[in-house]
Amino acid sequence: MPISAETLIFWPAAVMLLGAALAVITVRNPVHAALFLVVCFFSSAVLWLLLEAEFLGIALVLVYVGAVMVLFLFVVMMLDINIAVVREGFIRFAPAAAIVAIMMTALLVWVVWYQQLGVEEFVKPAARSEGFSNTSAIGQVMYTEYVYPFEIASVILLVGIIVAISLTMRRRTGTRAQDPAQQVKVRREDRIRLVKVASEKYDHGQGTE
Amino acid sequence: MSMENIYLATVLAPLLAAVVAGLFGRQVGRAGAHWVTILGVGISFVLSCIAFKHIALDGGAVYNDSLYTWMVSDGIRMEVGFLVDRLTVLMMTVVTFVSLMVHVYTIGYMQDDPGYQRFFSYISLFTFSMLMLVMSNNFLQLFFGWEAVGVVSYLLIGFWFKRESAIFANMKAFLVNRVGDFGFLLGIAAVVYYTGSLDYAEVFAAAPSLADETMQILSGYEWAALSVIGILLFVGAMGKSAQVPLHVWLPDSMEGPTPISALIHAATMVTAGIFMVARMSPIYELSETALSFILVIGSVTAFFMGLLGIVANDIKRVIAYSTLSQLGYMTVALGASAYAAGIFHLMTHAFFKALLFLAAGSVIIGMHHEQDMRRMGGLRKYMPVTYVTMLIGTLALVAVPGFSGFFSKDALIEAVHHSNIAGSGIAYWAVLSGVFITALYSFRLLFMVFHGQPRFDVHVDHHIASDDPHHQQHDDHHHGSAPHESPWVVTVPLILLAIPSIFIGWFTIDALLFNGWFGSAIVVGETHDVLGELGASWHGPWAFVLHAFSGAAVYLMLGGIFTAWVFWWWKPHWPGIAADRLNWLYQLFVNKYFFDDFNNTVFAGGARKLGQFFWKAGDVFLIDGLLVNGSANSVGRFAGVLRKVQSGYLYHYAFAMIIGLVAFLGWLLLK
Amino acid sequence: MISLYHYLALAAVLFSIAVAGIFLNRKNVIVLLMCIEMMLLAVNMNFIAFSRYLDDVAGQVFVFFILTVAAAEAAIGLAILVVLFRNRNSINVEELDSMKG
Repeated sequence: MPISAETLIFWPAAVMLLGAALAVITVRNPVHAALFLVVCFFSSAVLWLLLEAEFLGIALVLVYVGAVMVLFLFVVMMLDINIAVVREGFIRFAPAAAIVAIMMTALLVWVVWYQQLGVEEFVKPAARSEGFSNTSAIGQVMYTEYVYPFEIASVILLVGIIVAISLTMRRRTGTRAQDPAQQVKVRREDRIRLVKVASEKYDHGQGTE
Repeated sequence: MSMENIYLATVLAPLLAAVVAGLFGRQVGRAGAHWVTILGVGISFVLSCIAFKHIALDGGAVYNDSLYTWMVSDGIRMEVGFLVDRLTVLMMTVVTFVSLMVHVYTIGYMQDDPGYQRFFSYISLFTFSMLMLVMSNNFLQLFFGWEAVGVVSYLLIGFWFKRESAIFANMKAFLVNRVGDFGFLLGIAAVVYYTGSLDYAEVFAAAPSLADETMQILSGYEWAALSVIGILLFVGAMGKSAQVPLHVWLPDSMEGPTPISALIHAATMVTAGIFMVARMSPIYELSETALSFILVIGSVTAFFMGLLGIVANDIKRVIAYSTLSQLGYMTVALGASAYAAGIFHLMTHAFFKALLFLAAGSVIIGMHHEQDMRRMGGLRKYMPVTYVTMLIGTLALVAVPGFSGFFSKDALIEAVHHSNIAGSGIAYWAVLSGVFITALYSFRLLFMVFHGQPRFDVHVDHHIASDDPHHQQHDDHHHGSAPHESPWVVTVPLILLAIPSIFIGWFTIDALLFNGWFGSAIVVGETHDVLGELGASWHGPWAFVLHAFSGAAVYLMLGGIFTAWVFWWWKPHWPGIAADRLNWLYQLFVNKYFFDDFNNTVFAGGARKLGQFFWKAGDVFLIDGLLVNGSANSVGRFAGVLRKVQSGYLYHYAFAMIIGLVAFLGWLLLK
Repeated sequence: MISLYHYLALAAVLFSIAVAGIFLNRKNVIVLLMCIEMMLLAVNMNFIAFSRYLDDVAGQVFVFFILTVAAAEAAIGLAILVVLFRNRNSINVEELDSMKG
């Protein structure tokens, strides 16, 4: 039977996604783990493009991979991690983790499959026309109906910035920087003190002139 | 002044005096205390005589009214009221007269005692309580008086509270009385249950209709309700009037000062039980079972307690056993439905027994508080007035023809002879043999104390003297001075009590026993009317005296006197030989039939062990260990386990969250 | 044919893997944060799939916001991690137990 293009793209991407996910949680080196997470994001970007969410697919790559994962890598490399210690205890908890994971999957699958949510009735709608722009469709909705949440999202980002800076910034001891505010605040009295000193007679009799 | 006020004043005068002497004793001083109480009881006595004259001699109406309603609960009225009929006025007069004599006597007897005012306060309070008891017109006030006399008796027996034997005795008296009171209370409850009222008149009116009522005590056994009520009420009388087996407190009550032995434990409190049964005659007449029960208990007490008087060495103990025996006689009379005879004997006994006790007290103070008869003897020369009055009392007690005791006791014996309910045969033999025994111990006392050679310096072996423990303190004491006659405050009451002991029987027997003197106060059923039968052959007191010589009682009495003379005058070493030969009998008597030992080991010891058990198992183990400490410990342990959840590890918390989420989702979906 | 089921199943499995990752990685806080990102990714996948199949763009708008918040949260989380590392010199979760009861 003919394999549709959709299938051809979906399955490899899906497998890659899941494989990378498993790798994230199992590899020893956290740098490797971060890189595998990048692979996860890329493959899910592919899947999103398949789902005709072009804007978000690109946004995922630009924002998530470009900014967040880079940040992760920065931090991983900045912290001097003792890799050998990190691996202990892995085998001990694997069964518990596996059980919880399987239970979670089972629940979710059960919700969808057995609860008869009527998911079968959702068929893919017809393909869009040539000039259809996903981005403008999002924009249409975003700046009209959802403008308030949009503004709040920007405030959240501002908060994130402030938090990150205030948590991590530290003053190095020993460096000297100019503080213009302090410079301007200086008063004459703080810098100069006039002292009256009694003058002494100079003896001309000794020494040279 | 209306009769109602007279009755009220009769009751309240001693109370007021008691309060003044008790609470303001220090302010009024010793003389003040005795004057105010004698005044109070004196007023009471005069008013009682007026009441007696009004009701008994002038034919005044019976007074039955309630003065104060305390509360009404579920239709049951709880009131303070008086029922003053002939039975009441008789009791009132006797009580107040004896009380007055004792009050005067106490001035002399207790003159050196530091608790002088307290004593007067107590005996006045006692007079009040006893009057409330006899004048009551309902069961509740009867019970109040009952308990009040019990309390005052407790206070007085333990008057010298620093003495351990006194405290033992007063606790014993109170606890044994409590057992009786428990039965009494059950009886009152049964009365209320069946008649719905506490008032005498209503209960007596309802009694005949209860004749067929039965109740189940143990499953399957039907008892006649009236029998149960009668027996239960009599259990109270057993406690108060010291019938076997609740008699054990009376000998020990001799720990109290002699005046109270005379007042409470001879003339008044112990007669409360007899009075109560007589008052309840309408109920008892309807139950032959109860009457038989009373007969048997009374005859056992009359006979067996008299025997103990033969071996006792403390002068007061002998008289105490005599009291027990005479109370048995009164009880027997009640059981034979000869209520009037029982009350008559109560009255004569009150006089001569009080006389005997007060005379014994006179001997004791004359002997400087020596009470062991083995160290007395020949006191006739030293204390003549005491001797003569004691002799009169003894003659009355043993029922020498002509004295008051003769009339009451012989009438009683004849009445029992006529009775034909179950147990009357035994009762007759018991009271008849009791005459011999009474004469025996009474004259033993007389001979040992007043005749023979003085034995003041005899050393007494205290191992045998098991009945006067307080004696240890008086060992070799006061041998220098010879005994002397007591002051007039002591001897005048003796004389005043001796007079009725001689004469009152002769003059009142006809009226009291045979002419329905008591009227509606005492009800006698037709089949039980022994006094009626006796009255059929009554020809007056002189004829009765002569008739006595053809009966067995007089000869038994003479035999007793003769035996006493032989053993304790002519051949004084014979009692010792007899005690050795019949040692088992002697030991039985000396140990008072082992009642005390039984009570001490079984009841007292058992109660203590039970208490210990409850303390160890219940209190310490269960409540302290399991509940109090246990709950604290388990909270601690539980908290110790629970706090491990707060591990501080992030992944534990994440794990908990996820598990919770999975569980919650699962439950939501699966439900 | 790729139906909605496939995407939903995929998202479910990805989520479960991330959950397993949380308790496996006791020694490494960074991987913990990465697993959180993976969970958010799975959720986003669900949203996008539904948005496509229900023909409603609101799903994608929501993903937009999730992305924003996730980025902010990752930044803050890493800042905390950095401060933690400065003080404790270790990112071993098992050593962070000063809140122990």
